Amino acid sequence: MATREEITSGLAEILEEVAGVNPDDVAEEKSFTDDLDVDSLSMVEVVVAAEEKFGVKIPDNEVQNLKTVGDAVSYIEANH
Amino acid sequence: MTTVDVVVTGLGATTPLGGDVASTWDAMVAGRSGVGSLTSEWAAQLPVRIAAELAVEPSEVLERVRLRRLDRSEALALIAAQQAWAEAGLEGAVDNERLAVSFGSGIGGATTLLNQDDILEQSGPRRVSPHTVPMLMPNGPAAYVGLEFGARAGVRAMASACATGAEALALGLDLIRLGRADVVIAGSTEAVIHPLPIAGFASMRAMSTRNDDPERASRPWDKNRDGFVLGEGAGAIILERADHAAARGARVIARFAGAGVTSDGYDIVQPDPECRGGIRAMRMAIQDAGLTGADIKHVNAHATSTPVGDMGEIKGIRTAIGDHPVITSTKSMTGHLLGAAGALESIATILAIRDSVVPPTINLDDPDDGLDLDVAALKPRQLDIPAAINNSFGFGGHNVAVVFTRP
Repeated sequence: MATREEITSGLAEILEEVAGVNPDDVAEEKSFTDDLDVDSLSMVEVVVAAEEKFGVKIPDNEVQNLKTVGDAVSYIEANH
Repeated sequence: MTTVDVVVTGLGATTPLGGDVASTWDAMVAGRSGVGSLTSEWAAQLPVRIAAELAVEPSEVLERVRLRRLDRSEALALIAAQQAWAEAGLEGAVDNERLAVSFGSGIGGATTLLNQDDILEQSGPRRVSPHTVPMLMPNGPAAYVGLEFGARAGVRAMASACATGAEALALGLDLIRLGRADVVIAGSTEAVIHPLPIAGFASMRAMSTRNDDPERASRPWDKNRDGFVLGEGAGAIILERADHAAARGARVIARFAGAGVTSDGYDIVQPDPECRGGIRAMRMAIQDAGLTGADIKHVNAHATSTPVGDMGEIKGIRTAIGDHPVITSTKSMTGHLLGAAGALESIATILAIRDSVVPPTINLDDPDDGLDLDVAALKPRQLDIPAAINNSFGFGGHNVAVVFTRP
C-alpha cells in the first residue's frame, strides 16, 4: 500500500511528464485547473497515467470530482 | 476594382538546410544538399531509404510539453510563423480582428494518425491520446498559428497537395485585396517522413531510389533523374497591406504582385504533358501583377526530379514567359517538401530578388534533351531581378504561380 506522500509524489511525476508542472508546486490543496493549469485534455492523460501507475480504475464520472491533488490522492488510496 | 498593394514584411522557415531563413538561404546559394540516408530501423525494409530531414529538430526550439500536443507538421508551422512574426515586428502592431492566417499542408497530421493507430491496436482505445484529433486535423497548423498570435479575421486551411504553399499565399493575397484582413500569416508545412507515405509514393514509382548516393538523388532536369526525394519543413510569409506596413514603418522585403490559380481537369496525378494549366496559371499571375512575360527575369520552377513532370514545365515556361528567364529548382537541394514546397520556394524567390542571385540547381550534370532554357546549373548566378515567379503544381491537377517584385 502506497502512502499519501508516495501517491502525491507519483502524481507529481505524471503531472511533470504530461503537463510540465513543476513537482515542487504539487501539493494536496492545489487545484488541477486553477493552480496547476492542467487543461481538460491533459487531465485525461493524467488520469490514464495514474490508472497505470497505481493499478486503479478511475471512471470518467469520478474524474469531475477530482478537483484537487488531495481528491485524487484520496480516491487512489481508497481504490487501489 | 482598385488594386490594393500587398507586401512581404517577414519570412520564417525551418528546412533540411537550416533552422531559419538565413541559414537555409546561405546553404541554398552555396549549393548544399539537405538529403541524407534514413537510418531508422523502419527504413531498412523500404525501397526508398533517403530523405531530406530537418536540419534543426523542433525539440531544440519548442518546449517538450508543448511538442507532446503538436503533430510535427504543426510544430514546424509554429516555428516558421514565430520567426516571420518576429521579423515583421508585428507584436502589438496589428488589430487582431484584422489579422488572418492562410496556412496549409499537403498531407497533414498523418504521422499522428499512424502512431495513434499503433497505440489503438497494441494498447486499446483508452491509451489513445486526447490530443489526437487536434494533432491530425488538416486545419491544425493554421489553427495553432492563429492561436499563437491571436488571429481573429479567419484562419484558413489550404490543401492542394504540392501546390498548397503557393495557393495559401494566393489566398492570403485575395484576403488582403478583398479587405478581409490587413495582415495574413501565410505559408505551409509538411512532416511525413514515415514508412507509410514513403511506401505509397514509392509504389507510384515517383521517388528516387538512389539510396547509396543521397546528396545526388534529387536532380531535376538531369537525364539520370529517377524521382523526387521526400523533404520536410515549413515556410511562413507575412503578407501585409502596403499602406498598413508603411504606416507602421515596417521594412518591406518584396512586393507580392500577383497570383494565378488553375486546375488541369486532366488526371489525378499525371501532369498535363503540354502544361496547359501551368501556362494559364503563369499568364494569369503575370497579368495580375500588371506585367508581361518580358518583365520576369527568374523562375523558381516546380521541377521535382521526376522523369515525367520536369520537362512539361520547361515547355510551359517557354510558352508563358519566354526563353529569357534564368530558372532553377531548389528542390535539387531541399528535396520535395510537398505542401511546404510552395512557401519555401516563394521565400527563395523573394530572396533571389533581394540579393540579385539565383540559387543553383545542383546535380544537373547531364541536362535532358528538351532543356532549352537558361538554368543556373551547378553554380549560383548573379542576376538583377526586378520580378520573378514561383511555380507550384500538385497532385489533383492544381497549378499555382505567384509573382514577386522588388518593393
